[in-house]
Amino acid sequence: MAPFDDRQPDAQDAVIRVRGLVTRFGPQVVHDGLDLDVRRGEVLGVVGGSGTGKSVLLKEILGLIRPADGRIELLGRDTAGLPERERVALQARTGVLFQNGALFSSMTVAQNVMVPLREHTDLSAALSAEIARVKIAMSGLPANAGAKFPSELSGGMIKRAGLARALALDPDILFLDEPTAGLDPIGAAAFDQLIRNLQRSLGLTVFMVTHDLDSLTSICDRIAVLVDKKIRVGTLEEHLRDPHPWIHDYFHGPRGRAARHAES
Amino acid sequence: MARERAWLESSRAGDGEWRLTALGRWDLQAAGSLSGTLDGFALDGGGTVSLDLSRLDAMDTVGAYLLSALSARLTAAGHGVDLSAIRPEHAALFDAVREVGPPPVERAQTHRPILDMLERTGRTAVDGLREGRDLLSFLGLIAITFGRLIVNPRRLRFRSVMFHIEQTGLNALPILGLLSFLIGVVLAFQGADQLRRFGAELFVVNLLGVSILREIGILMTAIIVAGRSGSAFTAQIGTMKVNQEVDAISTLGLDVVELLVVPRALALMITLPLLAFYADIMGLFGGAVMSYATLDITFGQFIRQLHGAVTLPHFLVGLVKAPVFALVIAMVGCYEGLKVSGSAESVGTLTTKSVVESIFLVIVLDAVFSVLFSFLRL
Repeated sequence: MAPFDDRQPDAQDAVIRVRGLVTRFGPQVVHDGLDLDVRRGEVLGVVGGSGTGKSVLLKEILGLIRPADGRIELLGRDTAGLPERERVALQARTGVLFQNGALFSSMTVAQNVMVPLREHTDLSAALSAEIARVKIAMSGLPANAGAKFPSELSGGMIKRAGLARALALDPDILFLDEPTAGLDPIGAAAFDQLIRNLQRSLGLTVFMVTHDLDSLTSICDRIAVLVDKKIRVGTLEEHLRDPHPWIHDYFHGPRGRAARHAES
Repeated sequence: MARERAWLESSRAGDGEWRLTALGRWDLQAAGSLSGTLDGFALDGGGTVSLDLSRLDAMDTVGAYLLSALSARLTAAGHGVDLSAIRPEHAALFDAVREVGPPPVERAQTHRPILDMLERTGRTAVDGLREGRDLLSFLGLIAITFGRLIVNPRRLRFRSVMFHIEQTGLNALPILGLLSFLIGVVLAFQGADQLRRFGAELFVVNLLGVSILREIGILMTAIIVAGRSGSAFTAQIGTMKVNQEVDAISTLGLDVVELLVVPRALALMITLPLLAFYADIMGLFGGAVMSYATLDITFGQFIRQLHGAVTLPHFLVGLVKAPVFALVIAMVGCYEGLKVSGSAESVGTLTTKSVVESIFLVIVLDAVFSVLFSFLRL
């Protein structure tokens, strides 16, 4: 569970390994033999057109949807057919920020952050409250946000609170589903920076589904593009040279150019 | 076990100086026992303490928090704390946690039980009165919109009215029929039991006729419809409110009351009297079946006796209440639906509230009607 660990093997090893993934919804094939490696400590951005199965891939890795075929390894464990105890232990090592925060609406922000602490650890109530306070502050929320209910928060604050809950157990892997969607550009840039800072200081591996070209260019180490029911992973430079029409249009379109321009 | 995972070594380093070395894995799993040890941790005398974090195997946020809390406690106790011995990869996290700082001082809340109770009572009373006032003004709004539609009937959403008639009326027939039948059975059974003692079994028919036609038929119908359709109105409109569909209606220059409320209210005012009639029949049928089974009153006898026992006013007294109850149920249902704000949770809360409120109002109004009819000698 420790972010920095001398005993960990090579930093390049894959914390998420997907092999031959097939996803079908009725007759419609979404993924067909998809392979993906996510390396320890990297920020991977996942992009793709509507209906290419970005969120589905995320849910499959998290074990919320069962793929039709293929193998998914999370932190070296095959997620299919894992005994209940080990599955729970594995879930404690991943944190997820859902698109709309998915905060429990009947609880305050601090109580939301304390849910995983209460379920997975034997910390005293006082210490959990303190840890929750630290996480909330590290997510860039003001000190009084902990006592508020999700309905009293703005969209950006809900995302930060969701992030605080996702980070409650110091996970190894952080999954983000469109983290900057619905935020204004300044808020989105600040959120990107926050993720980058937390990723560095906590040593996280980040799997981020996004449509935000600025996020891709500013904080992602590598970009995975879902095309033709498979995935192509590479750095931004590699994708810029890719002749595939969708990838070319995506990164060379006016928005892609503007984002790269702003970055350089 | 915790000893093996994470621990703290202290040693004297020269005159009055201490050296604390954190060892092991300072993480979430070690936190429970670590915090126990650290809570009572103190060093003799003053002097500088150098906290050595460079030999840690691992540190996560919880570990960083515990260490920064330790250093803060030592500083507060008058020690100078030297934190320079830290590995660069831990420094970023440790600094990030230290920046969070101490918890804000909470203002002590004073408890005044009696005053608090009085305040809550007052608030509840005022809230209840406000709710009543708002409902009344909503009723006015519906009335005005109805008036406008009478002047200009082409604006009425006929399709929507038909849809809601089907939803609230036709689809309610099985459940309402079954429940009314059973109520008739129960009434006949209980009535027969009492009346048999006087040898007045046949008067079970009078009991059934009067009570079902005047009260029970319509009351059962109103309560079932409030639970079935009033709640559905709140949930439908509330969901539309959450999806901002209601806002979209307003910005498109359409009238929310005209579009959403009036069709529902009108549909319910048409269906409830019909449903009440149906419930009357089913209730009487249930009573007749039970009378035949336990008292050997044939259907022919039942109908003859019923003919003598009830008059048209009995039936009308029950039925005249139906449109009023319908309006109340639809009004409360739509009103609570429109009160939904933002979260999906409020849809649930307000749906519950809508059912409770409309059943409450239906029964209160029924009592008012009873008083009124007794004045009118009906």
